[in-house]
Amino acid sequence: MVVTATDPAPDDPGQAARRAVEAVWRIESARLIARIARLVRDVGLAEEIAQDTLVAALVQWPATGVPEDPGPWLTATAKHRAVDLLRRQQRYATKLDLLGRDVEIQQEYAEAALDDALDDHIGDDLLRLIFTAAHPVLPVQARVALTLRMVGGLTTGETARAFLVPEATVAQRIVRAKRALAAARVRFELPTPAELVDRLASVLEVVYLIFNEGYAATGGPNWSRPELCQEALRLGRLLSGLLPDEAEVHGLTALMELQASRLGARTDPQGQPVLLPDQDRRRWDRLLVRRGLAALDRAETLGGGVYTLQAAIAACHARATRAELTDWSRIAALYEVLAHLQPSPVILLNRAVAVGLADDPVRGLALADDLTRERALRDYPQLPAVRGELLARLGRADEARAEFTRAAELTRNDGERILFQRRADGLRQPTE
Amino acid sequence: MRYLALLRAKQPTTPVPPELMAAIAKLGEEATNSGSLLDTGGLAPSAAGARVTVTGGDLTVTDGPFAEAKEVISYALYEVRAKEEVVEWTSRFMKAHRDLWPGWEGDADILKVYGPEDFPLPE
Repeated sequence: MVVTATDPAPDDPGQAARRAVEAVWRIESARLIARIARLVRDVGLAEEIAQDTLVAALVQWPATGVPEDPGPWLTATAKHRAVDLLRRQQRYATKLDLLGRDVEIQQEYAEAALDDALDDHIGDDLLRLIFTAAHPVLPVQARVALTLRMVGGLTTGETARAFLVPEATVAQRIVRAKRALAAARVRFELPTPAELVDRLASVLEVVYLIFNEGYAATGGPNWSRPELCQEALRLGRLLSGLLPDEAEVHGLTALMELQASRLGARTDPQGQPVLLPDQDRRRWDRLLVRRGLAALDRAETLGGGVYTLQAAIAACHARATRAELTDWSRIAALYEVLAHLQPSPVILLNRAVAVGLADDPVRGLALADDLTRERALRDYPQLPAVRGELLARLGRADEARAEFTRAAELTRNDGERILFQRRADGLRQPTE
Repeated sequence: MRYLALLRAKQPTTPVPPELMAAIAKLGEEATNSGSLLDTGGLAPSAAGARVTVTGGDLTVTDGPFAEAKEVISYALYEVRAKEEVVEWTSRFMKAHRDLWPGWEGDADILKVYGPEDFPLPE
């Protein structure tokens, strides 16, 4: 069952009621699925029961009005469906004379556990849901699709539009992911302390991937898709509330708040990208900066890690009221630590930029040159762009122009291509 | 999409019930943890504030209180996917006041903060 949000005429009362139901749904759906999953011990099934409940609400509420307390209404309706289902399974098992007593006991236990289960452990249930949806047995795109669907409350259509893929692709990913969870017998449980680091890394990876897909759209006409950034931020904030003692959760939330604070300044009125040094910093969102710095403070107090370090780097930019006041030495030092913890090609490239801008373009360029042998960066447009920037600073305009031209050829983002091309063209004038 | 909810109220003379304070704190935590509530604050009576006015080319400053039937008592800033979500959160706060503080009356104005979505890019 797929519910697709539409853009109705604002004065259509039926559509207005539908939008009200969908708003309640987005607020309640993750908690509802989590509660039901605790009963039926199967997130796929819980999600289907929750969807059926939404359908019931969409039928009833436009006629009767949204109930005073829609959350409890949804829970009660879903609970009835879950219990019916458990009863049917019990009868089926008894008929087969298989595990009859066992199911009966489970049933009694489920009924007894129902009410206390529903309210007391909602935080834990939500966490179970998040850890299950982003379980490492699933490929990352499946984790993304399940997390947006089950935790974010997005419809299949909304996820498909956000990722610019056909709706059928997302639906297929979700079906396969649910099957894979069942096949791997993934239990609706919290990770053990021994598993926590890896399982949390799997969740944070999903959230940051969603954010980045919004922040630096890899394809398509738009430089960014802010609604995906908002979705990821919402997930990050939710996790920060559920896991307040995990440094990296706050680190990731801080990183996303700080990067999102620049969204409005990253595009000019014609929709063309504006790079960090050229942005009008008065257009940065001060509220998000403040929230980001507060989250970074919590992360650093708790210990930190790779997301916290990246947030600390983003904070250096956020604190500089003018580009020329950027503390590049501190950024270079932070990248040295980050490159030690996570020597990925992209981080090594960013370190080269920071070193080059801190005080030493020759060393920065040498670091970037080392990366030209890196297979993963062979078609990465930022590598020639960085080399072009550092070559330009060293006055080697012809080489710099060639690098920017190459960057423009490599990028799949239309706005970025124009930007690199403009940079290359600018280097034609000998005065530049 | 960002929305500002401004709550105006005529408060009963009875003290604020502790149950209401608890309900507001719980709702606030829920809305914050859901990622929707970005910022919120209670506002002191206008006696503690001032009003700066420009009229007919003159600028005047008047100290509070202002003679209003209802005083603005709080603000909340939300980031949501649709207006209906702010309406839902705001309704929950209003119901808590209605149910836990007899005689309380108020209205909340929900105002959209301009965002990038209001300035579509040229084709």
